[in-house]
Amino acid sequence: MLRADELRVSFDGAEALAGVDIAVAEGDRLAVLGPSGSGKSTLLRALAGLEPLRAGRITVDGVDVTTLPAHRRGVGLMLQEGALFPHLDVAGNVGFGLRVAGLVRSEREEGVAEALALVGLEGMDRRSVATLSGGERQRVALARALAPRPRVLLLDEPLGSLDGPLRERLLDELCELFDRLRLTLVHVTHDVGEAFAIGDRIAVMREGRIVQESTPDELWARPVDAWVARFLGLVNLRENGTLVRPEAVRLTPGEGATVVSARRRGATVRLRVRLDDGEELETVAATLEHPAPGERVAVEVDPAGIVRLGADPG
Amino acid sequence: MRAIVIGLLIAAVAGCGGEQAAPRQVVLVTHDSFAVSKPVLRAFERTSGFTLRILQTGDAGAALNRALLTAGTPEGDVFFGVDNNLLSRALGEDLFEPYESPALDRIDPQYVLDDEHRVTPVDHGEVCVNVDRAAFATEPAPTSFEQLALPRHRGRLVVENPATSTPGLAFLLATIAHFGEDGWQSYWRALRENDVLVVDGWEEAYTQRFSGAGGSNGDRPIVVSYASSPPAEVIFAGKALEEAPTAVIASTCFRQVELAGVLRGARNPEGARALLDFMLGERFQRDVPASMFVFPVREGTPLPPAFERFAVVPERPLELPPAEIGENRDRWIGEWTDVVLR
Amino acid sequence: MCLPAAFLALFFAYPLAAILARGLGDGLPWDVLGSRSTLGVLWFTAWQAAVSTAATVLLGLPLAWAIARLDFPGRSLVRALVLVPFVLPTVVVAAAFLALLPDGAERGLVAILAAHVFFNLAVVVRIVGSFWGRLDSGLWDAAATLGASPVQRLRRVTLPLLAPALAAAGTLVFLFCFTSFGVILLLGGPTYATLETEIYRSAARLFDLRAAAALSLLQLAAVGSLLALAALVERRLGGAVPLAGERDVVRRPRGRERLGLAAALTGAAVGLGLPLAALVERSLATPDGYGLGFYRALGEETAVLLVAPWHAVVNSVLYALAATAVALVVGGLAAAAIARRRAAWLDALVMLPLGASAVMLGFGFVIAFDEPPLDVRGSPWLVPVAQALVAAPFVVRIVAPALRSIDERLHEAAAVLGASPARIRRELDLPLVLRALGVAAGFAFAISLGEFGATVFVARSDWPTVPVAIFRFLGRPGALNAGQAAALAVVLMVLTAAAVLAADRIAVRRGAL
Repeated sequence: MLRADELRVSFDGAEALAGVDIAVAEGDRLAVLGPSGSGKSTLLRALAGLEPLRAGRITVDGVDVTTLPAHRRGVGLMLQEGALFPHLDVAGNVGFGLRVAGLVRSEREEGVAEALALVGLEGMDRRSVATLSGGERQRVALARALAPRPRVLLLDEPLGSLDGPLRERLLDELCELFDRLRLTLVHVTHDVGEAFAIGDRIAVMREGRIVQESTPDELWARPVDAWVARFLGLVNLRENGTLVRPEAVRLTPGEGATVVSARRRGATVRLRVRLDDGEELETVAATLEHPAPGERVAVEVDPAGIVRLGADPG
Repeated sequence: MRAIVIGLLIAAVAGCGGEQAAPRQVVLVTHDSFAVSKPVLRAFERTSGFTLRILQTGDAGAALNRALLTAGTPEGDVFFGVDNNLLSRALGEDLFEPYESPALDRIDPQYVLDDEHRVTPVDHGEVCVNVDRAAFATEPAPTSFEQLALPRHRGRLVVENPATSTPGLAFLLATIAHFGEDGWQSYWRALRENDVLVVDGWEEAYTQRFSGAGGSNGDRPIVVSYASSPPAEVIFAGKALEEAPTAVIASTCFRQVELAGVLRGARNPEGARALLDFMLGERFQRDVPASMFVFPVREGTPLPPAFERFAVVPERPLELPPAEIGENRDRWIGEWTDVVLR
Repeated sequence: MCLPAAFLALFFAYPLAAILARGLGDGLPWDVLGSRSTLGVLWFTAWQAAVSTAATVLLGLPLAWAIARLDFPGRSLVRALVLVPFVLPTVVVAAAFLALLPDGAERGLVAILAAHVFFNLAVVVRIVGSFWGRLDSGLWDAAATLGASPVQRLRRVTLPLLAPALAAAGTLVFLFCFTSFGVILLLGGPTYATLETEIYRSAARLFDLRAAAALSLLQLAAVGSLLALAALVERRLGGAVPLAGERDVVRRPRGRERLGLAAALTGAAVGLGLPLAALVERSLATPDGYGLGFYRALGEETAVLLVAPWHAVVNSVLYALAATAVALVVGGLAAAAIARRRAAWLDALVMLPLGASAVMLGFGFVIAFDEPPLDVRGSPWLVPVAQALVAAPFVVRIVAPALRSIDERLHEAAAVLGASPARIRRELDLPLVLRALGVAAGFAFAISLGEFGATVFVARSDWPTVPVAIFRFLGRPGALNAGQAAALAVVLMVLTAAAVLAADRIAVRRGAL
């Protein structure tokens, strides 16, 4: 469906994309995960036709769109802060793509109502965008991107400007909606949870390259290197190139290690212990009771929780 | 920065202070074209004991109007710059106090226009048609009013609007003096047919539209200007010239006499009279040609070399009696506007 | 609020009222107001202003875009140079312009329009440009991916978004063209008359004070309604657009943007650069070939001025510094009052001097201040006062938005901490608006440097400013005088550019006017 080969983009001589390949099948969802500056937004803009390529090829449904300008690619884009048109009301925003496509008024109204219904904003047509809440803004932006029925939807940190519970709730809604519509999409984020929630596949980007692309389970099970592992939030990296998952570390009363810290995070408690040989490990406990800092404990590691990393290219 | 601001403050305070305690200051109110060389100015201050301040308040018309506006509570002591063509307006508004200067005995009596001596002549400068000699290198230049209306001079003449410009008014009066009350309108109709260009002021006509002026990009080789314009071109050429780049059509010259008077309500009438005496004296009169490009009215005043060589002083310039001008000026200007601009 | 109001009452309203009262002693002259020729003049005034404004906006937009959104070498220089024509006196540019325009029957009108564009381009480029530069570029990305072609993006996104800035800039340009004086007089000739030139002609040349006063009233009424309308439009359009703040959104041009940039810069070079270059060329073209002769002559005594021309440069700088100080105090205090939305009338009053005829105000000065203790005629202080009248509206326009943008919560926070209102103003507002004040100072300085219409009426002959000196030189025949006028004009140009560049440096990412 959407394919990109060997994309290269550079700014003032510095490579922002250093040869990126992706392929997304019809109805598939690719999450692109990476820290800021990794080139993930540039990748998205290149796919949308907003960033000129130095080299590479992009096809949609087998048709080469590399040289097509953005407005003729039929690709939808939703941006981090929504980028709603401040001079138009909600209906004007959502109907923008339909209007420039030349649809007549009645068709436009139908399309707008449909798109607003999808995001749960029925009846908000005439609201000024300045009066919308953060969550509403993002929903309008999504409805706007969906209204012209793009072949591929690109999302650039769509929840980046939201926080806390609102973010969680909207994420759930998005997943549900995407499941229902079976959209083909590329979703860019720096948030690991978001990538795992959305993506059928996850591509991890670092310094203009994709360093690992796999299913969420594979990625979680076998990060390709220490950098990826750290980025995923996996701790307990060992000198010998293995990694111990926190959930595989079990603490029992006994000897061998000292608890350094214990911090409750809602349902779980994160504990840090120092082994007598100096190594530190992190673990989580889902229990109400847990050892206090300073307490002596015995450490047990479930062998299934030990992961061997691929060779670190750095 | 701070030093500059403080300096300015001090200068301003000093300036204001001088204003209040100023029994020894004479203020000359005049138009933008007034000029005098510094040594002459200093000479007045030295011999009279007064300090002289010069206030330039616009072109000749604007300066006169501003003076009329403040008649009775004037901005200065002496007004210089009313000419014979606008004289009736100034006298009508009672702008001046009479003063008969003892220096008048050396002044050519033909320039003394007011028997009550409310105004005193200071200089005369004839308004004449000027031609760009370079443009007439291969064909004869026009020599009379009539020739200006010939087809071969089509699109060549630029004149000033008599409603807004003193040389423009002088040129209109010249055509009236030459063609008479019955003939001048048909002459102007012919000029209009011949694509005469009318502009508001002398500056635009001469420095922008006339091709003969130094530094000008104009394309009109014939212009209404002054008899003294050719020597001015030589003096301000920025280099030595053997001959003037422009010439005067002597038969078109109309007399313009510039007059000065003591302003009614002047704070320093004594100083004003001293200044008038000085302006008629030899020192000032000798300075008049090179500074203001007009001619002295004091008999026997020598002219600078450039004037001797390049200026044409017409023997018998065209004239109209000031009373007749005063009576008819506004009507003539109205009729001219109808003929030429409407 | 009291100080600026008193300043304007004393130095604007009072003298203007005095001269109007003198002219209208016999009641309102309905015959003048209703005459065909007055209606004709009014029509031409409005018509040429509308066409000039449209042309200025149209030609200014590409340059505004280039400066606002693209990063290219020389960008800040172009930004500053665009402003130079705006503050150059008309007398200077008229000569250069006449030389450049092709001959033809419509020369007068074409010259007027071209000169209006030349003078006012800066207003569009700076106001629209600074607004444009702060808009989120994501809006255009979104529009493109929604299928909008470049033309549709311009029509449906860019222009509607820029509407408030376009309205603000358009109003100012229209105002300047509506009250245009030197351009009409010097380039139009007697066939073209605007209200302003007719007022001048009536007052200064025909001495028909009655007609001049009637036309002045008409012009004030027209300008007043225009300002009211503009305020209405501004209120309707303003506030709708959240700006990206101080983030710099410029980036290197790419693809077709390079062509656009090249076109915009070429247009600027031809439209703005050529007349300025013609001026420089003139100042160097001595009768003995190219050289610095005219500049050297600026140091020597001349019969044209009472002082050597270089004195005029010193005078101009000193006057402009004083005028800047006055304009900052008056305009800054007015802006403070206006920003707190307590004095809409003050806003209009500050702007009104831009719509008043300089000659009538000048005449007003000489009859209003003719008796002690108010006889300040001839005082050197009148020059900075007159210049400040012209510069203050710009100070208000720059400082008021900066003050408005200060978050009210900062005030509340400070008040909760026990700070008195005066202290809040000093310790909170002042540092926050200092940068805006810096920009305003540069602007006021440049405007005061170039001010001519009012200055010529109050400047003492022994203390001429540069524009006044240029005017005097242009009033004399001879290549030396024309050359010295051009040389002084170039000096003025350089001083102006330096002032603007310095102000810009203060305001690098501030994006004020």
